[in-house]
Amino acid sequence: MKKGTLKQILLITDGCSNQGEDPAAVSALAMQQGISVNVIGVLDDDQSEQPEGLQEVEEIASAGGGVSRIVYAKALSQTVQMVTRQAMTQTLQGVVNKELQEILGSEKSMEDLPPEKRGEVMEVVEDLGETSNLEVLVLVDTSASMSNKLPTVKESLEDLSLSLNARTGNNTFSIYTFPGKKQHVKEVMSWNPDLSNISSVFPKLTSGGITPTGPALREVIYKFNSTPRIEGWGSTDEAIYEESNY
Amino acid sequence: MRPSTKSLITNLKPGTKIKGKWHQHTYQIVKKLGNGAIGEVYLALCNQKYVALKISDMPSSITTEVNVLKAFGKVQGTRLGPSLLDVDDWVPFRSHSYSFYVMEYMRGHELNTFLRHKGPEWLGILMIQLLDDLDHLHREGWVFGDLKPENLIVTNSPPRLRWIDVGGTTKIGRAVKEYTEFYDRGYWGLGSRKADPKYDLFAVAMVMIQVYYPQRFEKGQHPTKTLKYKIIQQPALKKYATCLDKALLGKYTSSKEMKADISKILLARVQSPATKMKHSGDVKRSKQHASGNGSPTRWLESLGIAMVTVMLFVIFLILNMF
Repeated sequence: MKKGTLKQILLITDGCSNQGEDPAAVSALAMQQGISVNVIGVLDDDQSEQPEGLQEVEEIASAGGGVSRIVYAKALSQTVQMVTRQAMTQTLQGVVNKELQEILGSEKSMEDLPPEKRGEVMEVVEDLGETSNLEVLVLVDTSASMSNKLPTVKESLEDLSLSLNARTGNNTFSIYTFPGKKQHVKEVMSWNPDLSNISSVFPKLTSGGITPTGPALREVIYKFNSTPRIEGWGSTDEAIYEESNY
Repeated sequence: MRPSTKSLITNLKPGTKIKGKWHQHTYQIVKKLGNGAIGEVYLALCNQKYVALKISDMPSSITTEVNVLKAFGKVQGTRLGPSLLDVDDWVPFRSHSYSFYVMEYMRGHELNTFLRHKGPEWLGILMIQLLDDLDHLHREGWVFGDLKPENLIVTNSPPRLRWIDVGGTTKIGRAVKEYTEFYDRGYWGLGSRKADPKYDLFAVAMVMIQVYYPQRFEKGQHPTKTLKYKIIQQPALKKYATCLDKALLGKYTSSKEMKADISKILLARVQSPATKMKHSGDVKRSKQHASGNGSPTRWLESLGIAMVTVMLFVIFLILNMF
Protein backbone atom coordinates (compact mmCIF):
# COMPACT_ATOMS: atom_id res chain seq x y z
CA MET A 1 0.00 0.00 0.00
CA LYS A 2 1.48 3.30 -1.02
CA LYS A 3 1.43 6.11 1.48
CA GLY A 4 -1.05 8.91 0.96
CA THR A 5 -0.84 12.62 1.66
CA LEU A 6 -3.13 14.56 3.96
CA LYS A 7 -3.61 18.26 3.39
CA GLN A 8 -4.68 20.62 6.14
CA ILE A 9 -5.10 24.31 6.70
CA LEU A 10 -4.71 25.42 10.31
CA LEU A 11 -6.33 28.78 10.91
CA ILE A 12 -5.42 30.58 14.14
CA THR A 13 -7.59 33.61 14.85
CA ASP A 14 -9.13 35.59 17.70
CA GLY A 15 -12.11 37.23 16.16
CA CYS A 16 -14.69 37.42 13.50
CA SER A 17 -13.98 38.10 9.90
CA ASN A 18 -15.21 41.48 8.75
CA GLN A 19 -14.25 41.69 5.13
CA GLY A 20 -14.94 39.70 1.99
CA GLU A 21 -16.76 36.44 1.39
CA ASP A 22 -18.05 34.04 4.04
CA PRO A 23 -15.08 32.02 5.33
CA ALA A 24 -17.30 28.95 5.89
CA ALA A 25 -18.16 28.88 2.18
CA VAL A 26 -14.48 29.08 1.23
CA SER A 27 -13.79 26.37 3.75
CA ALA A 28 -16.34 24.08 2.09
CA LEU A 29 -14.61 24.78 -1.19
CA ALA A 30 -11.25 23.79 0.31
CA MET A 31 -12.72 20.51 1.45
CA GLN A 32 -13.88 19.83 -2.09
CA GLN A 33 -10.26 20.24 -3.09
CA GLY A 34 -9.14 17.61 -0.62
CA ILE A 35 -7.96 20.06 2.02
CA SER A 36 -9.45 19.97 5.50
CA VAL A 37 -9.69 23.20 7.46
CA ASN A 38 -9.02 23.29 11.21
CA VAL A 39 -9.68 26.39 13.23
CA ILE A 40 -8.41 27.48 16.63
CA GLY A 41 -9.98 30.49 18.29
CA VAL A 42 -7.66 32.10 20.82
CA LEU A 43 -9.03 33.86 23.90
CA ASP A 44 -7.13 36.39 26.01
CA ASP A 45 -6.17 34.97 29.38
CA ASP A 46 -8.44 37.49 31.12
CA GLN A 47 -11.41 36.87 28.82
CA SER A 48 -14.04 35.11 30.89
CA GLU A 49 -16.78 34.88 28.32
CA GLN A 50 -16.66 33.59 24.83
CA PRO A 51 -17.00 36.57 22.50
CA GLU A 52 -19.62 36.29 19.82
CA GLY A 53 -17.16 36.60 16.97
CA LEU A 54 -15.71 33.24 17.81
CA GLN A 55 -18.88 31.40 16.85
CA GLU A 56 -17.76 31.27 13.25
CA VAL A 57 -14.76 29.21 14.34
CA GLU A 58 -16.92 26.11 14.58
CA GLU A 59 -18.78 26.90 11.36
CA ILE A 60 -15.58 27.26 9.35
CA ALA A 61 -14.16 23.99 10.67
CA SER A 62 -17.30 21.93 10.21
CA ALA A 63 -17.74 23.24 6.67
CA GLY A 64 -14.11 22.36 6.00
CA GLY A 65 -14.28 18.84 7.37
CA GLY A 66 -11.90 19.77 10.15
CA VAL A 67 -11.76 20.20 13.90
CA SER A 68 -12.24 23.38 15.93
CA ARG A 69 -11.35 24.46 19.44
CA ILE A 70 -11.61 27.70 21.37
CA VAL A 71 -8.86 28.03 23.96
CA TYR A 72 -6.91 30.41 26.13
CA ALA A 73 -3.51 31.37 24.74
CA LYS A 74 -1.89 29.38 27.54
CA ALA A 75 -3.31 26.08 26.27
CA LEU A 76 -2.45 26.78 22.64
CA SER A 77 0.51 24.41 22.24
CA GLN A 78 -1.31 21.34 23.38
CA THR A 79 -4.42 22.29 21.41
CA VAL A 80 -2.62 22.88 18.13
CA GLN A 81 -1.10 19.42 18.09
CA MET A 82 -4.31 17.78 19.32
CA VAL A 83 -6.46 19.44 16.68
CA THR A 84 -4.02 18.45 13.94
CA ARG A 85 -3.90 14.85 15.07
CA GLN A 86 -7.66 14.61 15.53
CA ALA A 87 -8.29 16.03 12.09
CA MET A 88 -5.93 13.46 10.60
CA THR A 89 -7.78 10.64 12.32
CA GLN A 90 -11.11 12.07 11.23
CA THR A 91 -10.03 12.28 7.60
CA LEU A 92 -8.46 8.84 7.61
CA GLN A 93 -11.51 7.35 9.21
CA GLY A 94 -13.55 8.81 6.39
CA VAL A 95 -11.24 7.09 3.93
CA VAL A 96 -11.44 3.79 5.76
CA ASN A 97 -15.23 4.05 6.04
CA LYS A 98 -15.37 4.51 2.31
CA GLU A 99 -13.33 1.35 1.83
CA LEU A 100 -15.65 -0.45 4.21
CA GLN A 101 -18.65 0.67 2.22
CA GLU A 102 -17.12 -0.83 -0.88
CA ILE A 103 -16.64 -4.13 0.93
CA LEU A 104 -19.75 -4.26 3.09
CA GLY A 105 -22.17 -2.34 0.93
CA SER A 106 -23.47 1.19 1.14
CA GLU A 107 -24.34 3.04 4.34
CA LYS A 108 -21.95 0.97 6.40
CA SER A 109 -19.38 2.62 8.59
CA MET A 110 -17.20 1.52 11.47
CA GLU A 111 -20.00 2.17 13.97
CA ASP A 112 -22.20 -0.37 12.22
CA LEU A 113 -19.70 -3.09 12.98
CA PRO A 114 -19.96 -4.92 16.30
CA PRO A 115 -17.43 -3.56 18.84
CA GLU A 116 -15.29 -6.69 18.50
CA LYS A 117 -14.62 -6.01 14.82
CA ARG A 118 -13.84 -2.32 15.21
CA GLY A 119 -10.44 -2.87 16.75
CA GLU A 120 -8.85 -4.03 13.53
CA VAL A 121 -10.35 -1.19 11.54
CA MET A 122 -9.03 1.30 14.07
CA GLU A 123 -5.59 -0.23 13.86
CA VAL A 124 -5.60 0.46 10.13
CA VAL A 125 -6.61 4.08 10.80
CA GLU A 126 -3.82 4.43 13.36
CA ASP A 127 -1.25 2.90 11.04
CA LEU A 128 -2.24 5.36 8.34
CA GLY A 129 -2.07 8.25 10.81
CA GLU A 130 1.46 7.28 11.73
CA THR A 131 2.80 6.77 8.23
CA SER A 132 0.87 9.18 6.00
CA ASN A 133 2.55 12.27 4.68
CA LEU A 134 1.13 15.50 5.96
CA GLU A 135 1.03 19.01 4.53
CA VAL A 136 -0.01 21.69 7.00
CA LEU A 137 -0.49 25.27 5.95
CA VAL A 138 -0.69 27.54 8.98
CA LEU A 139 -2.70 30.71 8.48
CA VAL A 140 -2.29 33.20 11.32
CA ASP A 141 -4.52 36.17 11.94
CA THR A 142 -2.22 39.10 12.71
CA SER A 143 -4.82 41.80 13.16
CA ALA A 144 -4.03 44.25 15.98
CA SER A 145 -5.76 42.31 18.76
CA MET A 146 -3.58 39.26 18.10
CA SER A 147 -0.29 41.08 18.73
CA ASN A 148 0.20 40.00 22.34
CA LYS A 149 -0.62 36.39 21.44
CA LEU A 150 1.91 36.00 18.66
CA PRO A 151 4.82 34.83 20.85
CA THR A 152 2.55 32.04 22.10
CA VAL A 153 1.51 31.18 18.56
CA LYS A 154 5.18 30.92 17.58
CA GLU A 155 5.89 28.61 20.51
CA SER A 156 2.92 26.40 19.76
CA LEU A 157 4.00 25.99 16.12
CA GLU A 158 7.48 24.91 17.18
CA ASP A 159 5.80 22.47 19.50
CA LEU A 160 3.57 21.19 16.68
CA SER A 161 6.60 20.36 14.61
CA LEU A 162 8.04 18.45 17.58
CA SER A 163 4.85 16.36 17.82
CA LEU A 164 4.43 15.67 14.14
CA ASN A 165 8.07 14.96 13.43
CA ALA A 166 7.87 12.12 15.94
CA ARG A 167 5.73 10.32 13.34
CA THR A 168 7.12 7.99 10.72
CA GLY A 169 5.48 9.83 7.82
CA ASN A 170 6.87 13.00 6.28
CA ASN A 171 5.63 16.48 7.13
CA THR A 172 5.83 19.79 5.36
CA PHE A 173 4.69 23.06 6.82
CA SER A 174 4.22 26.56 5.51
CA ILE A 175 3.14 29.71 7.31
CA TYR A 176 1.05 32.59 6.04
CA THR A 177 -0.32 35.61 7.88
CA PHE A 178 -3.23 37.87 7.08
CA PRO A 179 -4.05 40.62 6.36
CA GLY A 180 -1.08 41.26 4.06
CA LYS A 181 -0.04 44.72 2.93
CA LYS A 182 -1.13 44.51 -0.71
CA GLN A 183 -2.51 41.00 -0.96
CA HIS A 184 -4.84 39.17 1.36
CA VAL A 185 -2.09 36.99 2.78
CA LYS A 186 1.63 37.27 3.36
CA GLU A 187 4.01 34.34 3.04
CA VAL A 188 6.13 34.00 6.16
CA MET A 189 7.66 30.62 5.44
CA SER A 190 7.40 28.49 2.30
CA TRP A 191 7.04 24.70 2.43
CA ASN A 192 9.57 23.32 4.88
CA PRO A 193 9.90 20.04 6.78
CA ASP A 194 10.67 21.73 10.09
CA LEU A 195 9.15 24.46 12.23
CA SER A 196 11.62 24.25 15.07
CA ASN A 197 13.49 27.40 14.12
CA ILE A 198 10.89 29.92 13.10
CA SER A 199 11.95 32.68 15.48
CA SER A 200 13.83 34.50 12.73
CA VAL A 201 10.96 34.41 10.27
CA PHE A 202 8.08 35.06 12.62
CA PRO A 203 6.81 38.59 12.10
CA LYS A 204 7.04 41.31 14.66
CA LEU A 205 3.58 42.35 13.60
CA THR A 206 1.63 43.97 10.86
CA SER A 207 -1.32 45.45 12.59
CA GLY A 208 -4.53 46.30 10.86
CA GLY A 209 -8.15 46.67 11.76
CA ILE A 210 -9.55 44.37 9.12
CA THR A 211 -9.87 40.61 9.30
CA PRO A 212 -10.48 39.28 5.78
CA THR A 213 -10.65 35.63 6.83
CA GLY A 214 -12.62 34.46 3.79
CA PRO A 215 -10.37 35.98 1.10
CA ALA A 216 -7.26 34.86 3.01
CA LEU A 217 -8.53 31.29 3.15
CA ARG A 218 -9.28 31.33 -0.56
CA GLU A 219 -5.79 32.57 -1.32
CA VAL A 220 -3.99 29.79 0.56
CA ILE A 221 -5.93 27.00 -1.12
CA TYR A 222 -3.70 27.66 -4.14
CA LYS A 223 -0.53 27.35 -2.07
CA PHE A 224 -0.53 23.59 -1.71
CA ASN A 225 2.22 21.68 -3.49
CA SER A 226 -0.03 19.17 -5.07
CA THR A 227 -2.88 21.52 -5.96
CA PRO A 228 -1.52 23.05 -9.11
CA ARG A 229 -4.80 24.15 -10.64
CA ILE A 230 -5.18 27.90 -10.61
CA GLU A 231 -8.34 28.25 -12.63
CA GLY A 232 -11.45 26.16 -12.29
CA TRP A 233 -12.07 23.48 -9.72
CA GLY A 234 -11.65 19.76 -10.05
CA SER A 235 -14.42 17.25 -9.83
CA THR A 236 -16.36 17.42 -6.60
CA ASP A 237 -16.11 13.78 -5.61
CA GLU A 238 -12.33 13.86 -5.46
CA ALA A 239 -11.03 11.93 -2.47
CA ILE A 240 -9.84 14.07 0.40
CA TYR A 241 -7.03 11.62 0.88
CA GLU A 242 -4.78 11.25 -2.12
CA GLU A 243 -4.40 7.53 -2.13
CA SER A 244 -2.90 5.30 -4.70
CA ASN A 245 -2.21 1.62 -5.17
CA TYR A 246 -4.14 0.07 -2.35
CA MET B 1 -25.79 20.14 17.99
CA ARG B 2 -22.55 18.79 19.39
CA PRO B 3 -22.52 20.51 22.80
CA SER B 4 -26.01 19.30 23.73
CA THR B 5 -25.36 15.66 22.82
CA LYS B 6 -22.06 15.76 24.64
CA SER B 7 -23.53 17.26 27.81
CA LEU B 8 -25.85 14.26 28.09
CA ILE B 9 -22.98 11.92 28.85
CA THR B 10 -21.02 14.45 30.91
CA ASN B 11 -23.95 14.65 33.34
CA LEU B 12 -25.45 11.21 33.68
CA LYS B 13 -27.67 11.19 36.78
CA PRO B 14 -27.25 8.51 39.43
CA GLY B 15 -29.67 5.73 38.67
CA THR B 16 -29.51 6.16 34.90
CA LYS B 17 -29.56 2.78 33.21
CA ILE B 18 -27.26 2.17 30.31
CA LYS B 19 -28.08 -0.83 28.21
CA GLY B 20 -25.66 -2.05 25.58
CA LYS B 21 -26.96 -2.37 22.04
CA TRP B 22 -24.91 -5.42 21.13
CA HIS B 23 -24.46 -7.44 24.31
CA GLN B 24 -27.58 -6.28 26.17
CA HIS B 25 -25.90 -5.84 29.57
CA THR B 26 -27.40 -3.13 31.78
CA TYR B 27 -25.32 -0.77 33.90
CA GLN B 28 -26.75 1.52 36.55
CA ILE B 29 -24.84 4.76 37.05
CA VAL B 30 -23.76 5.39 40.66
CA LYS B 31 -21.56 8.48 40.37
CA LYS B 32 -19.02 10.20 38.20
CA LEU B 33 -15.41 9.24 38.81
CA GLY B 34 -13.70 11.64 36.45
CA ASN B 35 -13.20 12.78 32.93
CA GLY B 36 -10.39 12.31 30.47
CA ALA B 37 -9.44 13.70 27.09
CA ILE B 38 -11.93 11.60 25.21
CA GLY B 39 -14.78 10.83 27.59
CA GLU B 40 -16.25 10.46 31.05
CA VAL B 41 -15.69 7.73 33.59
CA TYR B 42 -18.53 6.62 35.88
CA LEU B 43 -18.88 4.21 38.72
CA ALA B 44 -21.69 1.81 37.82
CA LEU B 45 -23.42 -1.29 39.12
CA CYS B 46 -23.83 -4.45 37.11
CA ASN B 47 -25.18 -7.61 38.78
CA GLN B 48 -24.55 -6.01 42.19
CA LYS B 49 -20.89 -5.48 41.38
CA TYR B 50 -19.11 -2.17 41.03
CA VAL B 51 -17.50 -1.48 37.67
CA ALA B 52 -15.95 1.55 35.99
CA LEU B 53 -17.61 2.64 32.76
CA LYS B 54 -15.96 4.98 30.27
CA ILE B 55 -18.31 6.56 27.76
CA SER B 56 -17.59 8.88 24.84
CA ASP B 57 -19.15 10.37 21.73
CA MET B 58 -15.98 9.43 19.86
CA PRO B 59 -16.31 5.72 19.04
CA SER B 60 -12.89 5.61 17.36
CA SER B 61 -11.13 6.75 20.53
CA ILE B 62 -12.99 4.20 22.61
CA THR B 63 -11.94 1.51 20.15
CA THR B 64 -8.31 2.61 20.36
CA GLU B 65 -8.32 2.37 24.15
CA VAL B 66 -10.04 -1.00 24.03
CA ASN B 67 -7.28 -2.24 21.72
CA VAL B 68 -4.70 -1.25 24.32
CA LEU B 69 -6.59 -2.88 27.18
CA LYS B 70 -6.88 -6.06 25.14
CA ALA B 71 -3.16 -6.00 24.45
CA PHE B 72 -2.54 -5.63 28.20
CA GLY B 73 -4.69 -8.64 28.85
CA LYS B 74 -2.35 -10.72 26.74
CA VAL B 75 0.71 -9.92 28.87
CA GLN B 76 1.51 -13.11 30.71
CA GLY B 77 1.87 -13.27 34.46
CA THR B 78 1.39 -9.66 35.51
CA ARG B 79 -1.78 -7.70 35.18
CA LEU B 80 -1.09 -4.32 33.63
CA GLY B 81 -3.89 -1.82 34.04
CA PRO B 82 -7.53 -2.60 34.78
CA SER B 83 -9.08 -5.65 33.16
CA LEU B 84 -11.60 -5.12 30.39
CA LEU B 85 -15.11 -6.48 30.99
CA ASP B 86 -17.33 -5.28 28.15
CA VAL B 87 -17.44 -3.03 25.07
CA ASP B 88 -20.70 -1.77 23.64
CA ASP B 89 -22.79 1.10 22.27
CA TRP B 90 -25.55 2.99 24.05
CA VAL B 91 -28.35 4.42 21.94
CA PRO B 92 -30.57 6.55 24.20
CA PHE B 93 -32.33 8.15 21.23
CA ARG B 94 -32.63 6.92 17.72
CA SER B 95 -30.25 9.55 16.37
CA HIS B 96 -27.56 9.43 19.04
CA SER B 97 -25.14 6.69 19.75
CA TYR B 98 -22.34 6.61 22.29
CA SER B 99 -19.59 4.07 22.68
CA PHE B 100 -18.49 2.78 26.05
CA TYR B 101 -16.32 0.17 27.64
CA VAL B 102 -16.48 -1.37 31.07
CA MET B 103 -13.51 -2.25 33.21
CA GLU B 104 -12.78 -3.46 36.69
CA TYR B 105 -13.30 -0.74 39.33
CA MET B 106 -10.19 -0.06 41.33
CA ARG B 107 -10.76 1.49 44.71
CA GLY B 108 -7.90 3.56 46.02
CA HIS B 109 -6.35 6.94 46.65
CA GLU B 110 -4.67 9.48 44.45
CA LEU B 111 -0.89 9.29 44.73
CA ASN B 112 -0.46 12.64 46.48
CA THR B 113 -3.32 12.02 48.92
CA PHE B 114 -1.88 8.65 49.80
CA LEU B 115 1.59 10.11 50.43
CA ARG B 116 0.11 12.88 52.57
CA HIS B 117 -1.62 10.35 54.82
CA LYS B 118 0.95 7.57 54.91
CA GLY B 119 4.17 9.56 54.73
CA PRO B 120 6.66 10.41 52.00
CA GLU B 121 8.75 7.30 52.69
CA TRP B 122 6.23 5.43 50.53
CA LEU B 123 7.20 7.37 47.42
CA GLY B 124 10.30 5.31 46.65
CA ILE B 125 8.48 2.00 47.12
CA LEU B 126 5.57 3.03 44.91
CA MET B 127 7.94 4.21 42.19
CA ILE B 128 9.69 0.85 42.28
CA GLN B 129 6.33 -0.81 41.72
CA LEU B 130 5.60 1.56 38.86
CA LEU B 131 8.99 0.89 37.26
CA ASP B 132 8.35 -2.84 37.54
CA ASP B 133 5.10 -2.50 35.60
CA LEU B 134 6.71 -0.19 33.06
CA ASP B 135 9.45 -2.74 32.53
CA HIS B 136 6.84 -5.35 31.59
CA LEU B 137 5.05 -2.88 29.35
CA HIS B 138 8.23 -1.81 27.56
CA ARG B 139 9.27 -5.38 26.97
CA GLU B 140 5.90 -5.96 25.31
CA GLY B 141 6.72 -3.15 22.90
CA TRP B 142 4.57 -0.39 24.42
CA VAL B 143 5.15 2.95 26.09
CA PHE B 144 2.62 4.31 28.61
CA GLY B 145 2.84 7.86 27.23
CA ASP B 146 0.58 10.03 29.35
CA LEU B 147 2.09 9.16 32.72
CA LYS B 148 0.88 11.58 35.42
CA PRO B 149 -0.63 11.39 38.92
CA GLU B 150 -4.16 11.73 37.54
CA ASN B 151 -3.68 8.45 35.69
CA LEU B 152 -2.39 6.59 38.73
CA ILE B 153 -4.10 5.19 41.79
CA VAL B 154 -2.84 3.54 44.97
CA THR B 155 -4.95 0.54 45.88
CA ASN B 156 -4.98 -0.67 49.48
CA SER B 157 -3.81 -3.63 51.51
CA PRO B 158 -1.12 -3.93 50.54
CA PRO B 159 -0.53 -0.51 48.98
CA ARG B 160 0.08 -0.94 45.26
CA LEU B 161 0.43 1.71 42.60
CA ARG B 162 -1.68 0.95 39.52
CA TRP B 163 -2.48 2.88 36.38
CA ILE B 164 -6.08 3.59 35.55
CA ASP B 165 -6.12 5.41 32.20
CA VAL B 166 -4.37 3.88 29.23
CA GLY B 167 -5.38 6.51 26.66
CA GLY B 168 -1.80 7.53 25.90
CA THR B 169 -0.32 4.07 25.51
CA THR B 170 1.64 3.97 22.26
CA LYS B 171 3.63 1.35 20.38
CA ILE B 172 7.39 1.90 20.67
CA GLY B 173 8.75 3.83 17.72
CA ARG B 174 5.56 5.78 17.05
CA ALA B 175 4.58 9.33 17.95
CA VAL B 176 3.26 9.49 21.53
CA LYS B 177 -0.53 9.53 21.30
CA GLU B 178 -1.45 11.66 24.29
CA TYR B 179 0.65 13.61 26.76
CA THR B 180 0.49 16.33 29.38
CA GLU B 181 2.99 19.16 29.05
CA PHE B 182 4.49 19.10 32.54
CA TYR B 183 5.33 15.40 32.21
CA ASP B 184 6.41 15.55 28.55
CA ARG B 185 10.13 15.64 27.79
CA GLY B 186 9.44 17.45 24.51
CA TYR B 187 7.92 20.38 26.38
CA TRP B 188 11.05 20.64 28.53
CA GLY B 189 13.30 20.51 25.48
CA LEU B 190 14.82 17.24 26.65
CA GLY B 191 13.92 14.92 23.80
CA SER B 192 11.47 13.98 21.09
CA ARG B 193 7.88 12.76 21.30
CA LYS B 194 8.75 9.46 19.69
CA ALA B 195 7.72 6.66 22.02
CA ASP B 196 10.67 4.94 23.67
CA PRO B 197 11.12 3.62 27.24
CA LYS B 198 13.08 6.74 28.18
CA TYR B 199 9.99 8.82 27.49
CA ASP B 200 8.19 7.10 30.37
CA LEU B 201 11.19 7.31 32.69
CA PHE B 202 11.29 11.08 32.20
CA ALA B 203 7.64 11.19 33.27
CA VAL B 204 8.35 9.00 36.31
CA ALA B 205 10.93 11.59 37.44
CA MET B 206 8.40 14.38 36.93
CA VAL B 207 5.77 12.46 38.91
CA MET B 208 8.25 12.26 41.79
CA ILE B 209 9.05 15.97 41.52
CA GLN B 210 5.41 17.06 41.49
CA VAL B 211 4.84 15.32 44.83
CA TYR B 212 6.83 18.17 46.37
CA TYR B 213 5.52 20.79 43.92
CA PRO B 214 1.82 19.92 43.62
CA GLN B 215 1.14 23.33 42.06
CA ARG B 216 3.74 22.44 39.39
CA PHE B 217 5.92 25.24 37.98
CA GLU B 218 6.86 27.06 34.79
CA LYS B 219 9.82 25.90 32.75
CA GLY B 220 11.39 29.37 32.52
CA GLN B 221 14.19 30.41 30.18
CA HIS B 222 16.42 27.47 31.02
CA PRO B 223 14.22 24.40 31.55
CA THR B 224 17.02 22.03 32.57
CA LYS B 225 18.38 24.48 35.14
CA THR B 226 14.88 25.05 36.50
CA LEU B 227 14.44 21.31 37.03
CA LYS B 228 17.82 20.86 38.73
CA TYR B 229 17.15 23.83 40.99
CA LYS B 230 13.73 22.54 42.01
CA ILE B 231 15.23 19.16 42.89
CA ILE B 232 18.00 20.47 45.15
CA GLN B 233 15.60 22.92 46.84
CA GLN B 234 13.70 20.02 48.42
CA PRO B 235 15.78 17.87 50.81
CA ALA B 236 13.46 14.91 50.26
CA LEU B 237 13.99 15.13 46.48
CA LYS B 238 17.67 15.91 46.74
CA LYS B 239 18.12 12.43 48.13
CA TYR B 240 17.05 11.13 44.70
CA ALA B 241 18.94 13.84 42.78
CA THR B 242 21.39 11.66 40.85
CA CYS B 243 18.64 9.24 39.89
CA LEU B 244 16.25 12.03 38.86
CA ASP B 245 18.94 13.75 36.80
CA LYS B 246 19.67 10.56 34.92
CA ALA B 247 16.01 9.93 34.20
CA LEU B 248 15.41 13.51 33.07
CA LEU B 249 18.42 13.52 30.76
CA GLY B 250 17.58 10.13 29.24
CA LYS B 251 20.60 8.32 30.65
CA TYR B 252 18.71 5.23 31.77
CA THR B 253 18.21 2.73 29.00
CA SER B 254 15.63 0.66 30.89
CA SER B 255 13.22 0.87 33.84
CA LYS B 256 15.29 -1.80 35.51
CA GLU B 257 18.30 0.52 35.78
CA MET B 258 16.24 3.30 37.32
CA LYS B 259 14.60 0.85 39.68
CA ALA B 260 18.02 -0.43 40.80
CA ASP B 261 19.15 3.11 41.61
CA ILE B 262 16.03 3.92 43.62
CA SER B 263 16.39 0.65 45.52
CA LYS B 264 19.98 1.56 46.35
CA ILE B 265 18.92 4.95 47.72
CA LEU B 266 16.14 3.41 49.81
CA LEU B 267 18.36 0.68 51.23
CA ALA B 268 21.21 3.08 52.00
CA ARG B 269 19.07 4.86 54.58
CA VAL B 270 18.14 1.70 56.41
CA GLN B 271 21.73 0.46 56.65
CA SER B 272 23.04 3.35 58.70
CA PRO B 273 20.51 4.46 61.29
CA ALA B 274 23.31 4.94 63.84
CA THR B 275 25.16 7.63 61.92
CA LYS B 276 21.89 9.29 61.15
CA MET B 277 20.84 9.41 64.81
CA LYS B 278 24.05 11.10 65.96
CA HIS B 279 23.64 13.87 63.44
CA SER B 280 19.94 14.24 63.38
CA GLY B 281 20.34 18.00 63.63
CA ASP B 282 22.34 18.13 60.43
CA VAL B 283 20.02 17.43 57.53
CA LYS B 284 22.04 18.76 54.64
CA ARG B 285 25.06 16.57 55.07
CA SER B 286 25.08 13.36 53.08
CA LYS B 287 25.79 10.03 54.69
CA GLN B 288 29.38 9.67 53.52
CA HIS B 289 30.23 13.13 54.67
CA ALA B 290 28.75 12.51 58.06
CA SER B 291 30.97 9.53 58.81
CA GLY B 292 34.06 10.98 57.10
CA ASN B 293 34.14 14.44 58.61
CA GLY B 294 32.30 13.52 61.76
CA SER B 295 35.01 11.60 63.62
CA PRO B 296 37.66 14.37 64.05
CA THR B 297 35.11 16.82 65.44
CA ARG B 298 33.80 14.22 67.81
CA TRP B 299 37.34 13.55 68.97
CA LEU B 300 37.94 17.27 69.56
CA GLU B 301 34.68 17.53 71.44
CA SER B 302 35.69 14.77 73.85
CA LEU B 303 39.09 16.34 74.32
CA GLY B 304 37.47 19.68 75.14
CA ILE B 305 35.14 18.12 77.66
CA ALA B 306 38.07 16.29 79.25
CA MET B 307 40.08 19.47 79.52
CA VAL B 308 37.24 21.43 81.10
CA THR B 309 36.70 18.62 83.62
CA VAL B 310 40.38 18.56 84.51
CA MET B 311 40.39 22.36 84.95
CA LEU B 312 37.33 22.27 87.19
CA PHE B 313 38.93 19.49 89.21
CA VAL B 314 42.15 21.55 89.59
CA ILE B 315 40.12 24.59 90.72
CA PHE B 316 38.25 22.33 93.14
CA LEU B 317 41.56 21.08 94.53
CA ILE B 318 42.96 24.62 94.84
CA LEU B 319 39.82 25.81 96.62
CA ASN B 320 40.02 22.83 98.96
CA MET B 321 43.58 23.72 99.93
CA PHE B 322 42.44 26.93 101.56
